[in-house]
Amino acid sequence: MSSIRVINDKCTGCTLCVKVCPFGAITMVDKKAVIDLDKCTLCGACLDACRFNAIELKRESKKTENIDQYKGVWVFGEQKKGVIQPVVFELLGKARELAKNLDTQVSCVVLGHNIKDKAQELIYRGADNVYIVDNQKLEHFLDEPYTKILANLIRKHRPEILLSGATIIGRALIARVAVKLHAGLTADCTALDIDPKEKILLQTRPAFGGNIMATIITRNHRPQMATVRHKVMKEAAIDKTRKGKVIEENFDVTLLTSRTSILEVVEEVTSTINVSEADIIVSGGRGMRGPENFALLEELAKVLGAAVGASRAAVDSEWMPYSHQVGQTGKTVCPKLYIACGISGQIQHLVGMQSSEVIVAINQDPSAPIFGVATYGIVGDLFQVVPLLTKKFKETLKR
Amino acid sequence: MNIIVCIKQVPDTTQVRINPETNTLIREGVQSIINPFDMYAIEEGVRLKERFGGKTTVITMGPPQAEAALREAISLGCDDAVLVSDRAFAGSDTLATGYTLSMTIKKIKDFDIIVCGKQASDGDTAQVGPGIAAHLDIAQVTCVRKIDEFKDNQLTVERMTEEGFEIIKTRLPCLMTVVKEINSPRIPSLKGKMRAKSAVIPTWKGKDIEAQEEHLGLIGSPTQVVKIFTPPPRPKGQIFEGDAEDSASKLVGILKGIL
Amino acid sequence: MIDYLLTEEQVMIRDLCRQITEEKIKPVAAEYDKTGEFPWDVLKVIAQSDLFGVYIEEQYGGMGGGVMELCIATEEFSKGCGGIALGYSATALGTYPIILFGTEEQKKKYLPPIAKGEKLAAFGLTEPAAGSDASAIQTTAKKEGDHYILNGTKHFISNGGDAEIYTIIAMTDKSKGPRGASLFVVEKGTPGFTFGKKEDKMGIRASSTRELVFTDCKIPKENLLGKEGMGFIAAMRTFDQSRPGIGAQAVGIAQGALDAAVQYARERKQFGKAISTFQGIQWMLADMATQVEAARALVYASAREVDAGKKDVGKDSAMAKLFASDVAMKVSTDAVQIFGGYGYMREYPVEKFMRDAKITQIYEGTNQIQRNIIGLALIKDSAKK
Repeated sequence: MSSIRVINDKCTGCTLCVKVCPFGAITMVDKKAVIDLDKCTLCGACLDACRFNAIELKRESKKTENIDQYKGVWVFGEQKKGVIQPVVFELLGKARELAKNLDTQVSCVVLGHNIKDKAQELIYRGADNVYIVDNQKLEHFLDEPYTKILANLIRKHRPEILLSGATIIGRALIARVAVKLHAGLTADCTALDIDPKEKILLQTRPAFGGNIMATIITRNHRPQMATVRHKVMKEAAIDKTRKGKVIEENFDVTLLTSRTSILEVVEEVTSTINVSEADIIVSGGRGMRGPENFALLEELAKVLGAAVGASRAAVDSEWMPYSHQVGQTGKTVCPKLYIACGISGQIQHLVGMQSSEVIVAINQDPSAPIFGVATYGIVGDLFQVVPLLTKKFKETLKR
Repeated sequence: MNIIVCIKQVPDTTQVRINPETNTLIREGVQSIINPFDMYAIEEGVRLKERFGGKTTVITMGPPQAEAALREAISLGCDDAVLVSDRAFAGSDTLATGYTLSMTIKKIKDFDIIVCGKQASDGDTAQVGPGIAAHLDIAQVTCVRKIDEFKDNQLTVERMTEEGFEIIKTRLPCLMTVVKEINSPRIPSLKGKMRAKSAVIPTWKGKDIEAQEEHLGLIGSPTQVVKIFTPPPRPKGQIFEGDAEDSASKLVGILKGIL
Repeated sequence: MIDYLLTEEQVMIRDLCRQITEEKIKPVAAEYDKTGEFPWDVLKVIAQSDLFGVYIEEQYGGMGGGVMELCIATEEFSKGCGGIALGYSATALGTYPIILFGTEEQKKKYLPPIAKGEKLAAFGLTEPAAGSDASAIQTTAKKEGDHYILNGTKHFISNGGDAEIYTIIAMTDKSKGPRGASLFVVEKGTPGFTFGKKEDKMGIRASSTRELVFTDCKIPKENLLGKEGMGFIAAMRTFDQSRPGIGAQAVGIAQGALDAAVQYARERKQFGKAISTFQGIQWMLADMATQVEAARALVYASAREVDAGKKDVGKDSAMAKLFASDVAMKVSTDAVQIFGGYGYMREYPVEKFMRDAKITQIYEGTNQIQRNIIGLALIKDSAKK
C-alpha cells in the first residue's frame, strides 16, 4: 500500500502541482492542494513540480502501480542542432524487433525546436508514433527541462520500454529520468531481447571492462529503461511506405525552468569524425613518437573515411586531444574496424576497444599484448607500414 | 564553498575473472583502488577548495574496507571523510546507490558542489552521478572538463560533448561529473599521508542517514542481474611478419572485403 | 629484499617516493636523458609531496628525519633516473653544511625554503685544478669590513645554475694551506656570481652541472658558515654525512638495472625458451641481486650510524659509497649483457643505468680517495692499539 499526502504547512497554494498532474487528480481547496486518490496514480509528477517539498509520497510497494497498463516501446530521439543522431536510427531498428515480439507499437519522442519535419524520417525508419515537443528553449539539451518533460510524457503515455543512445546526453538525461520515475535503468547495453515467457526486456551489457557480460532485467518497474551503445545495433532501413502518427505534445512552460544555461557550443575542428560514432578508427600510441607523425594516421583515416583515435600514452604526451582517447579513462568504442598503430595494448587500452569487430595491430614488438586481441597483425615498423597501407587502400578503393 | 566528492572503490585490474559455477566475480587477489575517474574528482574537489576556500568532504558507499579509499583521498587533500556502510545496502543498483548517497549528502547538509567521476571502471554506467542530482533535485553538469569562474553563486564550466564542448553556467548547489581532461591528479604529500593515517572516519548506517528501507539494497533496486557470462574469447589472429610491402598487400587484400 | 625494519614513517616515505618514481620519473627519464633539460616538473612534484624536507628538522619546516630518510628517498628516485635523483640529493649535499655548521639565524633563513622545495641548493668545492686534491683550491674570500669578496671558479657543480643556495669553499688565508679554507653561503643573483656553460655529460644527463664564476662577488660576513679556517674540516664532515646518499643513489641505479634484467630475462625467448630458464642467466641474476642487497645493507647501516650521532663515521660511510658504486657499475654492466644487443640500444633502458652508474664511482670523492680514507683509518686505528 502506498500513500501520498499534501503537507498543508508547506503548501503555498501556488497551483504548480495542479498544472503538471497528468491525471487531473489535484484541485485547490482553500488555497491548499488536495489530491483525489481515486484519480491519482502515484506517478510523482507533482513531487517534482512542487518547489516547497509539500507533497510526500511513500512507496511501500515494490511494484510500479498498474504495471499492465504500460505498453509500447519508446525511443528517445536525440537531436543536436536539429539533426537526429544516427544512434536513434539504430535504436528504431531494434525497437521494431522488440515491439514485434511484444505485439505493440514503436514511438519516438523528440525534444527540440523546429523539428517537426524530422518526424517523417523517423516514421520511415520504423516509428508508429512520433511525439514532438517543440520549444525554442529546448533547442539545445538542458538536463533539467529535458528530464521534467520526458518524465511527464512517460507518466502520461506509460511505455513499457524506453531506449536511448548511451551518448553523453543520453546518459545524463535517462539516469535522471529513471530516478524521477523510480524506474530501472541499464546503461550502455550491447544486446537487447525479449524474454519469451515473461515478455520483459533482457538487457545485456559488458562490465568490468568487457571481461564479463551481464544480462539484466527490470521485472517490477516500468518503464524498463536502457541506454544503448553506438554501432552495435543495425540502423533501421528507410521504408517510405511506412505510415505513422505525429503527435505534438503540449506541456506547462514552468517545466522549462533550468538552473543551468548554455553560453556557447564549441565544435573542435580536430574531431572531423568522432571516435564514438566512427565505423573505422585508426589509432596511434606511444610508438608514433611525436604529434607530427599523427599526420600519417590522418592520411590513412582520410582514405578509409575513418576517425583518428589515440592511446592514453599519446594523449598524456599531448600529441592528441583527450577527445580522441580510447580506453579506460577515455572512450569505449566498438567500430567495425580498429587499426592500432604503435599501441602496445595495455589492458586499460584493450578494455576500450576489444569489442571492435575487426582489430588490426601494427607494432614492431611481436610480443606486444595488442597482438593478443588482433584479428590481423603486422609485425613491423609502422612508419613503413602505414604509408604503404594508405597507398594500397587508395589504389584498391579508388579514392 | 563546501565540496563533497563521491568516490567508489573498485578492483584494480580489469583481469577480473568469474567463477563459472557460481556466476560470481572472483575478486580474491585483486587489489582494490579508487576508481580511476574518481581520482580526477578528488583532485578537482581539492582544487576547488584551494581556489575558493571551504572544505572538501569525501564520501563512499561500500564495505568496511572501502575506508582505505577514503584515507587515500585524505592523503590527496580532502579534509573529511564519511563511509556509508550497511548490510542493508547489499545488492544496490544505480538507483538505490544514488538514493543512499543522496541521503548521506542530505545528512552532511552543508554543500555547494558535489563532484563525481564520470563513471566507475567496474560498472561503467555513469548513472550514479545524475541519479544523486535527481534525488537531491539539484542542477547537474556531466562530463565537465574545465571549471572556469565562480561569480554570483554561479559557476561557469566546460562540458565535453561528442563534437567538442559547451560552456555552461550553473547555479549552485550543483553536481558535476568530471572527465580525465579536467586536471592531472597530484601525488599525495607526506603530511597528507600522515593525516590520513590518523584521521577518524565515521561509518554511517542506513538509520544514520534516515534512509527508507524499501529504497535500499536489493529491495530498492528495480534492476536485477539474471545472468553473468564471459564473452567468447577472440579467435587467434593472423600475424604477418617480414617484408612490410608484402604484409601490407596481404592485409589490404583481406580488409577490402569488409570495407 | 631484506627487511630492514624501517619505521612506519620511513615506509611511508619509501612508498610515496616509489609512487613518484613509477608515475612521474620513469615515463620521462628517457626524454630528460636525451634532452639534458633540468627536470623541474618532477622536482616540483617531489616538493609538493614534502619530500625535500625529510632530513631537515621539524622546526625548520622539515619532517625531522635524517640521512636514513634521505637515503630511502634517493634510492627510490634513482631506480627511475639517477640524474633526476641527483637534483634532489645534490640539494641535500648543499644543505648539510648549513645543518651542521649554521647558526640558528642561518638555519632559520635558509632551511625552510629548502625543506619546502622552493629552493634547491648546491655544494661548491671542486675547481679545475682541485679535484681529488682539494687542498689546491684557488678561489679566495678576502675580508673587507663587513663583507667578504669572492674571486675564483668552481666547476662540475651539480645543480649549478638551477640552485638558489650555494655553499662554497674558499680560501680566506692561503698561507695556512688547508687550514686557511672557509665555508660560505652564496645566493644566486648576488652581483659578481655568474655561471659558466652547462656540461654535456655521459650519464645523469637530467642533472645540471655547471661552472660557478665569482668575480669580486661581495657577500655579507654573516654568510660565513662556522669559523674562518674551518672550511676543510666542514667539507670533510659534510662528505662523511653525504656519502651514504651517494651509496643510496648507486643502490637505486643497481636495483633499477636488476629489475629490468629480471623482467627481460622472463620475456626474452631464445632456443624456444625464456632465457630466464637458463642457469647461466639465473646465476648472473643471483650474483647481481646479492651484490645489490649487500650494498643496500652497508648503505643503510652507515646511514643509521650517522643518524645515531656516532663520531668518526668517515671510514664506514666511505665503505658504503665505495662498495655501492662499484656494485652499481658491475650490476648495470651485467644487465646490459643480459639484454644482449638490445641492451646496447638507446631504445632500451639498461644502457642508461650503466652510463648513470659510472659517475657514482667518481664524484664526492673518487673510489680511489674512498680507499685512501678507509686505508688511513685502518692504519690509524691499528696504531692506536
